[in-house]
Amino acid sequence: MEHMTLASQLLQYIITGVTIGSIYAMVAIGFNIIYNVTEAINFAQGEFVMLGGLVMVFFRVTLKLPVLFSLPLTISVVMAVGILLDRIAIRPIRKPTVLSMVIATIGASFFIRGAAMFIWGKNPFDLPPFSGRNPITFLGAAIQPQSLWVLGFLVAVVIVLTIFFDRTIMGKALRACAVNPSASSLVGINVKYMILISFALSAAIGAIGGIVITPISLMEYDRGAMLAVKGFSACAVGGIGNFPGAVLGGILIGLIESLGAGLISSGYKDVFALLALLLILFVKPSGLLGSAEVSKIRKF
Amino acid sequence: MKTRPSIGKGIASLIAAAVTVTLMLSPVVSAHAAQAYKVGAVFSVTGRASFLGDPEKKTALLLQEEINKKGGINGHPLKLIIYDDKGDSTQCVIAVRKLINRDKVCAIIGPSLSGLSLSVIPVVQKSKIPNVSCAASYKIVTKNPKTGEQWKWVFKTPQSDSMAVEAIYTHMKKHGISRIAITSVNTGYGASGRSELLRLAPRYGMTIVADEKYGPKDTDMTAQLTKIKGMSPQAIVNWSIGPTQVVVVRNWKELGMTNIKMYQSHGFGSRKNIKLAAGAAEGIYCPLGACNIAEILPANHPQKQVTMAYVKAYTEKYNEPVSSFGGHAWDALSLVVKALKAVGPDKAKIRDYLENIRGFVGQHGVFNFSPKDHNGLSKEAFRMVVVKKGDWALAD
Repeated sequence: MEHMTLASQLLQYIITGVTIGSIYAMVAIGFNIIYNVTEAINFAQGEFVMLGGLVMVFFRVTLKLPVLFSLPLTISVVMAVGILLDRIAIRPIRKPTVLSMVIATIGASFFIRGAAMFIWGKNPFDLPPFSGRNPITFLGAAIQPQSLWVLGFLVAVVIVLTIFFDRTIMGKALRACAVNPSASSLVGINVKYMILISFALSAAIGAIGGIVITPISLMEYDRGAMLAVKGFSACAVGGIGNFPGAVLGGILIGLIESLGAGLISSGYKDVFALLALLLILFVKPSGLLGSAEVSKIRKF
Repeated sequence: MKTRPSIGKGIASLIAAAVTVTLMLSPVVSAHAAQAYKVGAVFSVTGRASFLGDPEKKTALLLQEEINKKGGINGHPLKLIIYDDKGDSTQCVIAVRKLINRDKVCAIIGPSLSGLSLSVIPVVQKSKIPNVSCAASYKIVTKNPKTGEQWKWVFKTPQSDSMAVEAIYTHMKKHGISRIAITSVNTGYGASGRSELLRLAPRYGMTIVADEKYGPKDTDMTAQLTKIKGMSPQAIVNWSIGPTQVVVVRNWKELGMTNIKMYQSHGFGSRKNIKLAAGAAEGIYCPLGACNIAEILPANHPQKQVTMAYVKAYTEKYNEPVSSFGGHAWDALSLVVKALKAVGPDKAKIRDYLENIRGFVGQHGVFNFSPKDHNGLSKEAFRMVVVKKGDWALAD
């Protein structure tokens, strides 16, 4: 039996790490969008990912719609959930503080998880991959075609978001709310509407994450919490509120997990990721790409 | 003023009338049918372990219905009192106390989880009530692992992990496999299987070249398998339940490792897993109890009839496939019913009878209890099966 060379093993670890890391990055981006507008962490972010996967299963497997239809349908359904989350749980808070918003999102995450359990049951679901299951062999390492899709979607999300935040009025208004909500409302920006938009946007990105990862890892109702924790770590590593930081943090955590599991010990792979998180926060509390100046004036 | 005493009198006479009516009625009710035999059950019907408790409860209710339709146990109807412990040990202990003190049952079946079953041992031992557990760990029945002394009042129906490991190792040895790798999930289930795999390896001459772990919600096990691929063992044993056991299979196939045989634990025993693996499960071996593979058992197999009957009744009533777990509840309740039929609702007599049951043909094996063995099964309770063309087939 042929041995796998160390070089191709390393390559395999890196491919795996980048794939998982891309999902963490998408969750982290979702955190950032809401954080930038409200300064609160949306603990239901992982639930958006779970919903993305399961709603896609509904359209793709139960109703047998083609990917081209079910993809936008799924994203819009999850966006609607994000909008409802804002209207039902966030906006009615009379004196919105960061803490009360965070608690509302925690409650919402329990509710969404419970509802998903009620609708889909507890069994995991599978989704056919976008383009076949035959792995591509590259220098002795196997690449699942779906991994390329995951990476491709992450790149697409980053490009679209960059254009949105830099080139459109709405994107610029969102950024203004992030810098100073009261000044933004003085110049005529509807801050409440912007919060709504931020929830819809991050729900959409969460949904995309769920849609692309389900063919690899299956999806069940309580997967969201773990993804939220990893995504939040990615956020903290990269610097909360910083988009390139989220991508960097996500992929870094994915790589540490995968290389740690492969080269050192799989039993302690989460420990390596958390150790890296702690180390980075000790050395640079604002995160790798976060600015110390900005984090000083933030409430959270 | 005059009316008051008459109201008082009226109330008093009403109460008197009510009491008389009740006194008159109650013997009528009990004389109507023979006293019901009350059996308690505690399952994790909802919560984290509902995949265990739900089929267990359904199976118990199915059996109750069948027994009562046939006229009960020696003319006494069987009355099941089922509580849901929600996978929580406090609620489980409360439920068991309630069954003993308030419902006055003569035996208890369940709980579903090993940890919970361990927590009720002191209660049933103290109250001297027979308990047939549906949880797997050998610790449930073993008071002293060194001497093998058993808890006096506790029995269990599921096979122990060690039997699954022995069935796997026996099959490997037969096929000349001795260099193996282990992957396991870092939960109680995975840890228990892993420790048995490590403990029994020397006895079967197995060399374990890699011992990898992953979390229950991990999305990908490619890293662990890549490491194993580098060690090129002859076979991999994976010990987990839930989505991870399917993801492992897919990663194994994607990495082109099918030349390394893969063995799964008995937790893989659902056709759903074969379907979820989307074609990747071909050639996977796993040890299964008879009720999972009733259809493919040879006609002369001792459990063929009993498992076919259960599978048919269960799928007809609930329109879902049977799982191993329902089979454990079937075994537990059927053993208690057998004891009730023989000795009546006396707790001590039921216990003594259970301890001496031999050759009882159940869903998961032929039970032979003894004072030294309150599980009554051996590694023969597992059959090795292999996934062939998307379904189970008996492995040779």
